[in-house]
Amino acid sequence: MATYQQPLLEKLQQRFGHILLKTELARKEVTLEIPDVHILSVCYALRDEFGFDQLIDLCGIDYSQYGQADWETKQASSTGFSRGVSTGSYQEGTKPRPRFAVIYHLLSVQHNQRLRLRAYTEEDQPRVDSVINVWNCASWFEREAFDLYGILFDGHPDLRRILTDYGFIGHPFRKDFPVSGNVEMRYDPEKKRVVYEPVSIPPRVLVPKVIRHDNRYTN
Amino acid sequence: MPDIRNYTLNFGPQHPAAHGVLRLILELDGEVVQRADPHIGLLHRGTEKLAETKPFNQSVPYMDRLDYVSMMCNEHAYVLAVEKLLGIEPPLRAQYIRVMFDEITRILNHLLWIAGHGLDVGAMTMFLYAFREREDLVDCYEAVSGARMHAAYYRPGGVYRDLPDRMPQYQSETSPRHTPEEVKRLNANRQGSLLDFLEDFTQRFPKYVDEYETLLTDNRIWKQRLVGIGVVSPERALQLGFTGPMIRGSGIAWDLRKKQPYEVYDKLDFDIPVGTMGDSYDRYLVRMEEMRQSNRIIKQCVDWLRANPGPVMVSDHKIAPPPREEMKHDMEAMIHHFKLFSEGYCAPEGEAYAAVEHPKGEFGIYLVSDGANKPYRMKIRAPGFPHLAAMDEMGKGHMLADVVAIIGSMDVVFGEIDR
Repeated sequence: MATYQQPLLEKLQQRFGHILLKTELARKEVTLEIPDVHILSVCYALRDEFGFDQLIDLCGIDYSQYGQADWETKQASSTGFSRGVSTGSYQEGTKPRPRFAVIYHLLSVQHNQRLRLRAYTEEDQPRVDSVINVWNCASWFEREAFDLYGILFDGHPDLRRILTDYGFIGHPFRKDFPVSGNVEMRYDPEKKRVVYEPVSIPPRVLVPKVIRHDNRYTN
Repeated sequence: MPDIRNYTLNFGPQHPAAHGVLRLILELDGEVVQRADPHIGLLHRGTEKLAETKPFNQSVPYMDRLDYVSMMCNEHAYVLAVEKLLGIEPPLRAQYIRVMFDEITRILNHLLWIAGHGLDVGAMTMFLYAFREREDLVDCYEAVSGARMHAAYYRPGGVYRDLPDRMPQYQSETSPRHTPEEVKRLNANRQGSLLDFLEDFTQRFPKYVDEYETLLTDNRIWKQRLVGIGVVSPERALQLGFTGPMIRGSGIAWDLRKKQPYEVYDKLDFDIPVGTMGDSYDRYLVRMEEMRQSNRIIKQCVDWLRANPGPVMVSDHKIAPPPREEMKHDMEAMIHHFKLFSEGYCAPEGEAYAAVEHPKGEFGIYLVSDGANKPYRMKIRAPGFPHLAAMDEMGKGHMLADVVAIIGSMDVVFGEIDR
């Protein structure tokens, strides 16, 4: 596999130069960041002009706790490092970005190339155009992103939940959704049916999230 | 005029031919399928969210439980993604071991597939035959990792330990069914190392595949059930996101092991079988040939591994634990061990996508790191997910009984689809 990444990146910059928010070439992977309003036109162009004939993956991401650690590790106070763990108590200095994004992984079978596309969306009502007409397999991937993150896809004919239970409330992969969930279920022998109750287990952190700056990775 | 309505049929989630927990709502006109609506998620465990709450090195066992018939291939995609994020490369011997076990896993997966698929379509004997060979291969899993299924053998930076010198033996005193002579016969090819046992297996295995093929390939019933069922054209296969044997069955020679080789696949000699018609029968033929090719790869790996001893894990103790012996007297080794298992290691900020040619298609792991010891986001690209999504298109216009053949030829496993 030759190094196609750099020429591809240059070609993409030439073609979409005016709308690209950011391009990146890291770990031999090309990433484009575009505003969500252009998603359909860019996807059509990528499929028809650049030969990205396959949508390998589509997923949502919630950036709301990006760079937040449970534990301050940079400086020790006079009493040493903090012992207790409080979730997200320490914010690393990363630049703020929109909360939700949709990430597309594209594959070109004819040119043997890969590309990652990221579209940030609005905070309170995340909504992007569906790419279901560009790549038909987007249907279930978009249903999944809707189910897990609550991102709406305009033009999707059948945007139902896919992975969670029938009648599930909430979007479980959002960072403010607890890992143990909000409700638990049991069979009530008196009512003779399954009942839902608020979870009885308090959430806990087993391994605190820490961000350490390793000299080996700073170049 | 009488009112003619389509009949809606609920298929699964506990139907044996639903291959796990698929619930399929079928709209039938007589016995012809008009619409198929798979309901999935009955096995959703939130693997991705769980992995986001754990350090990188603690998520390997979750990977085994995704596609629980090709355990080590799932691990492979995960460790490749972590290694890509960290920018490390495992020793060459570890790469050969991984490739060898990937191919063992491929045979394991295809054997279970042919067993289940055969059973669905009515070839009961296949089940018994396939499990006979699976037994030998899960014993290899057991020999290297101690577990017959959920191995957790691949680790970021290499594999857990080197190949053992001894194969697990059948015990004559504890066996209620076998006489000591029978046990001795069962243990005959287990006297040497794991590599000796595998070499013996690779010599026996092509004959076994011939056996399966005599039973099925020219069998009239088998062909009647599969030929022309679930035809997918190459253009549609691309549109529907097919990978692996599904896209090769449709005539597109796409295999990551050849096209985007990872580990040592570019040093090995093997061929990629391709179908022509894109029907269930072609997908069957492709998978049968893949088993033979995997056998070839295993043989080459065995030869290389015999000749080239060496380390199987990176020597960087920030990523791989130090040897236990060293921990007993070396302070630094003990600190490394403690930090590694209590906190893990921090990956540099960034993102990585790593994909392997899984027995079912392209299995990819997308990792986003914000510089912490846990992944910020992990997405599992399961090959079965788009395959099952095409159920509606593939099943439309076929008879109800063909739905079972189509599900079988898709090789779905719900551990990976529901995640």
